[in-house]
Amino acid sequence: MKEELILVRFGELTIKGKNRGRFENLMARRIREALAAFPRLEYEKTFGRLFIKLNGEPYRDVANRLKDVFGIVSFSPVVKCRHDLEEIRDAALQVLRGIVPAPRTFKVNARRSWKGFPHKSQEMNHLVGSHVLRNTPELTVNVRQPEAEIKVDIQQEAVYVYAATEQAAGGFPLGMNGKAVLLLSGGIDSPVAGWMSMRKGLEIEAVHFHSYPFTSEQAKEKVIKLAQRLAYYAGHIYLHLVPFTEIQTRLAQTGQEHLIVTLMRRAMLRIAEKLALKRRALAIVTGDSLGQVASQTLSSMNVIGRDTLLPILRPLVMMDKLEIIRIAEKIGTYDISILPYEDCCTLFVPKNPATNPSLRVVKNIEKQIGEEYERLIDEAVAGTELIRLTETSRSDAAEDETDKWF
Amino acid sequence: MKTEMLYFDHSASTPIHSKVLETVCEVMKLHYANAASLHRAGTEAMKLVDRARSVIAAGFGAKPEEVVFTSGGTESNNLALKGIWGALGRKARHMVVSTVEHPSVYQCARQLEQSGVEVTWVPVGADGRVRVEDVIGAVRDDTALVSVMHVNNEMGAVQPIREIGAALARFPHVRFHVDGVQAIGKVPIKFHEWGIHLYSASAHKFRGPKGVGFLLVREGLKLEPQLAGGGQEDGRRSGTHNVPGIVGMAQAFRLATESMPERRERMYRLRRRLLKHIEAIPELVLNGIGDDEERTAPHIVNVSYPGMKPEVLVHMLEKHGVYVSTQSACSSKSQQPSRILTAMGLDEARASGSIRISLGDEHTEEHIDVLADRLKEAVRELKPLERSLS
Repeated sequence: MKEELILVRFGELTIKGKNRGRFENLMARRIREALAAFPRLEYEKTFGRLFIKLNGEPYRDVANRLKDVFGIVSFSPVVKCRHDLEEIRDAALQVLRGIVPAPRTFKVNARRSWKGFPHKSQEMNHLVGSHVLRNTPELTVNVRQPEAEIKVDIQQEAVYVYAATEQAAGGFPLGMNGKAVLLLSGGIDSPVAGWMSMRKGLEIEAVHFHSYPFTSEQAKEKVIKLAQRLAYYAGHIYLHLVPFTEIQTRLAQTGQEHLIVTLMRRAMLRIAEKLALKRRALAIVTGDSLGQVASQTLSSMNVIGRDTLLPILRPLVMMDKLEIIRIAEKIGTYDISILPYEDCCTLFVPKNPATNPSLRVVKNIEKQIGEEYERLIDEAVAGTELIRLTETSRSDAAEDETDKWF
Repeated sequence: MKTEMLYFDHSASTPIHSKVLETVCEVMKLHYANAASLHRAGTEAMKLVDRARSVIAAGFGAKPEEVVFTSGGTESNNLALKGIWGALGRKARHMVVSTVEHPSVYQCARQLEQSGVEVTWVPVGADGRVRVEDVIGAVRDDTALVSVMHVNNEMGAVQPIREIGAALARFPHVRFHVDGVQAIGKVPIKFHEWGIHLYSASAHKFRGPKGVGFLLVREGLKLEPQLAGGGQEDGRRSGTHNVPGIVGMAQAFRLATESMPERRERMYRLRRRLLKHIEAIPELVLNGIGDDEERTAPHIVNVSYPGMKPEVLVHMLEKHGVYVSTQSACSSKSQQPSRILTAMGLDEARASGSIRISLGDEHTEEHIDVLADRLKEAVRELKPLERSLS
């Protein structure tokens, strides 16, 4: 009996030992979560791969979702057969006919992993290929550069026939490599940094600084939308909304206009670190890209990050802006990022911010503010609003009152 | 039952759903701020608009950005036809439109025709439906748009939208517009899957408020805005958002689509019952499709009293508390024979003597029986006057 399945291939094959089992279990869990909208699917784990039985669920929709699950390298729609030559031949024909546009040349690539099967790989190529040829007018064999390659994978439990392989996100299943906080502004870079971190298996909690009334309600909504887009990849995401107005206005009053960005970024890292420790996160992810703006020169990074103990991860640090934009478009954050609302990083920004700030001067300014500095940092942490987001929902209550209208 | 008004004109407009009425009132009272305003009251209103957008998008498996809010079906159809044309410039010269479209499509195409666009008018058969081959056969290299309605407002004929969409896949330069005003909550719709690019709808046809509707616009498709102004709806439709209307429409939409399977079953049953009654009245002739439920919507029945002016029948029924329409409400004031029925090949006596009975959620078998009795009575009263009134 033939069945339609999806063969899912995992990444990072170098993982060995205990971690391997953890990887596979977490992977299976993440796939199930991502595909929860398709209740008829059934899952079957074999060594190093996973099979998803479609049971009538639409392949295209399942595939589109699967593409975005971290840890999956590629997958293929396959037809599962018994060790029965006729069934395999039929399946090959069925697979070939499903290819759009119809190929003009093809070859069969059989692999007999289970030696108990009566025909060798070479024999199978001929046995299956001749059947497909006979039943498809205007199709010819081309073993060097075929337009379609039908793979016949002969395993002990069954035979799998397929032609297409789709690439997926790669990386590690989410949560495999611990948790970090992400500094999420409204810009193009930080959501990309978040996505890249998540792809590497890092669970992310987003931290956003707002300076209401200098920044608008829309700027906050925009960040919530960005975080919700990240939640599509993560299942859900926590967003910390930090009130930054008081610190920012206090720093602005120091009169050190060209250092304001440096001072602000340092305060942000201080707050983010405190939130990270509270939430048991072990790193801070930022969207810094070397040399992109004044605060992202090497000497700025040095001064800004000098007093942070947790590792600061900068996935974009060596990337060009265009590469970053390309990823932002691909992951669906770009269109949200370019909405025109000002965030606190662009407020009070002087015409000529320091590209080579002095650590000594910066520390002195902070010292002059004195105890008030620590107090403002602690107040910001205490006043932080935490909301839980999924792709379509948010935990902040205001929306619930309007539920009855929809 | 005797003194009660019996309303059978749901294709013209429906009674608002009680929940929707409540929603519209509450939202109108609480969220009066302009959704484009920067302050919190404005953003709250915009949140409601966006949520409404998501509800409607989800119902079509579309993206929220693919929903453009308008003032109703007429505006949606105008925006679709003229908007496409404006965005294309001189590259395309030709469009394909069925002869049985609603005036808001038909007249739009006429206007475009006068401004130099070539239009191929695709005829319908005796069942009121276009043939897929005729539509596809009319497509040329310079065809920009094919516009075919989903459910005909006078006859209830369901057009082969899915098949047309599938066949149009071979012509990537052609956009497919579907006027779905009569279809929401009555027949199944698949937006992307059926290859539709533009889909029009109006809230008051599915128990929502009047003055609000939407146009689905396939992602990436450019439309020239038809109203100059503040650039709302991503620049596609200027004008302050009708927040209560939009929210009420989303709720009505959800209620209408969620209950569709049950409604279809109930309305088809009522429709069959009504057809049987009509068969028993020899003076009346059924127009279009009988009980082939693949090809006809569940809520519309069209009958003629050949030789009788339809408004006489309408007023006679009205005297007995029963409200039906002649032709469509939009064109019922004209004395012309129905364009739709004429297009179906009906003779003038039938084409100018037809009434449309359209069903709603509140109707029961008892209502159908009362309607049939009133029809019989009206015909009995009018029979002796047949000659002098025709």
